[in-house]
Amino acid sequence: MKVLQKGKGKLIGWHDPDDARAWVAAEKSRQLIDKRLTVSEAVDRYIHEGDIIASGGFGHVRVSMAIIYEIIRQQKRNLVMAAKTAVHDCDLLVAAGCIRDLEVAYAFGHELRGLSPASRKIIEDGECKVIAEISNAGYQWRFLAGMMGVPFIPTRTMLGTDTLAQSSAIVVEDPFSGKPITLVPAIYPDVAFIHVHRCDRYGNAQIDGTMIEDFELSRCARKLILTTEEVVDDAVIREKPWMTMIPFFLVDAVVEVPYGSHPCEMPAMYDFDEDHIAEWLRVSRTQEGIASYFDEYIFGVDDFEAYLERCGGAEKLEYLKRRENLQEPKRAPWRNGR
Amino acid sequence: MPIQGVTDGKYNLREFLAFMGAGLLEDGKSVFVGTGLPILASMLAQRTHAPGVLILFEAGGMGPRLPELPTSVGEARTYHQGVAASSMHDLMALSQAGYVDYGFLGGAQMDKYGNINTTVIGDHAHPDVRLPGSGGANDVASFSHRLITIMAKQSKRTFVERVDFLTTSGYLDGPGARERAGLAASSGPYRVITQLAMYDFDEETKCLRLFSLHPGVTVEEVQENSSFEVLIPEELRFSPEPTEEHLRLLREEIDPARIALGR
Repeated sequence: MKVLQKGKGKLIGWHDPDDARAWVAAEKSRQLIDKRLTVSEAVDRYIHEGDIIASGGFGHVRVSMAIIYEIIRQQKRNLVMAAKTAVHDCDLLVAAGCIRDLEVAYAFGHELRGLSPASRKIIEDGECKVIAEISNAGYQWRFLAGMMGVPFIPTRTMLGTDTLAQSSAIVVEDPFSGKPITLVPAIYPDVAFIHVHRCDRYGNAQIDGTMIEDFELSRCARKLILTTEEVVDDAVIREKPWMTMIPFFLVDAVVEVPYGSHPCEMPAMYDFDEDHIAEWLRVSRTQEGIASYFDEYIFGVDDFEAYLERCGGAEKLEYLKRRENLQEPKRAPWRNGR
Repeated sequence: MPIQGVTDGKYNLREFLAFMGAGLLEDGKSVFVGTGLPILASMLAQRTHAPGVLILFEAGGMGPRLPELPTSVGEARTYHQGVAASSMHDLMALSQAGYVDYGFLGGAQMDKYGNINTTVIGDHAHPDVRLPGSGGANDVASFSHRLITIMAKQSKRTFVERVDFLTTSGYLDGPGARERAGLAASSGPYRVITQLAMYDFDEETKCLRLFSLHPGVTVEEVQENSSFEVLIPEELRFSPEPTEEHLRLLREEIDPARIALGR
């Protein structure tokens, strides 16, 4: 194939497909093993300095915030973030100094809530680097290539743009049509963490609502930590195997964390905690504000339960459940601070 | 002069922009929507002339009956009473295969060929301002048959000769450029809506052209608020105005908290 253009972005997380197969053969157990750990054990065991990390969900939706807080608590450093639609998770990790480099599809913003004061400033000050750009579909298909064990996926996106010029993709002449086509390289993140509605002790997981990118991400990540609203009996999974979106042999750790996506949404369970997100957007304009937020909600609490208590406890959680069921009006407390 | 109805206090700018966007959507056609005004416009179309418009969201929401304005294009409301809650791979693959009639985005900076920047202001390696990046925008512009963009603030700083960073493709550097780059034959910018006017693109030069002036706006204002020369058609058209019912729907049903509508 004739190469027409090579993106200048740094290629991260790519492995030769035979190396990737060998790694899977050696490192991923096909045995049914009880994988339950605490959140601190899971982060300590599976997230290492310099790792390429990827967070499941999308924006403020179904994000494993329990893992994000624990990464900050354990002060992991020099991580490289696969910033595919990374929003609250990315903003906090960058603000906490955990991230060195990012490959960005979407970051430094909170969708309708506005741009991220903290992570934007850190990027603009050069303390943390964007090493490659990409589009959402481009990232999605990097995961797909990794999941399929092929070196790249061809796609017709990003052609002709600076997004492609600053990505790790390559444009070639398609041998079938003769037209230029983008090849996005496979990525195998060192570790991914995904929050699910329920799974068994082995990691067989069900997700309600959209899968977003997690079908592919769960299958290309080298290590996979699941946090779950509920650990259910194996029989629940085997009764409806068609509901299993992530089978156990992809999973390395299972951590039960009810409300583990807070302050992000958990579809069909609880809505965004807009008060809490607004507080972060307000205080994260200054270094002092960021430090006091982390002291109050991460370093100053013993566990996720204590964190939830500090965010308003049972009363707040009941409200978020009613909100998700559209039994409470929508509010936007961050609007006034914008 | 700003839009007459805005000056008169009949509606605000964002209400007007949502109304203009809604008017472009059709019953029985699909629209892939981005955050904010594109969702408002799609919801208004769904509640008025296009109840059968198929609304699609990048995280996997398909064909919802949107009960309220979603804050995120991934939240559960994006598939409320929908036909499917699927995945990004599914949505993006179907878009690439040709199922998306209209892509609908917001933009921060645009040039005369309709190229959009949402990545950086200034140099990429050392940006003055870092913006979120492509997100799904590049994909929507690459895959949709027709791309609609709303830019609420047209000025010399946002309508520029050349975008600082070409995040999302318009007609790139002119006639034939999309095809040469390998982009789909049936794709590209269709309409741009700003606070002053709606624009289309000249078939031959692929340059931005005035389509209709919003009520009370002049051709001079359109030119004064652009760093490049906007093509002006021989006969001027004027944009319509929202009815009381459009405004009621926006204010009472679609965004009562005024999250995207503003004050």
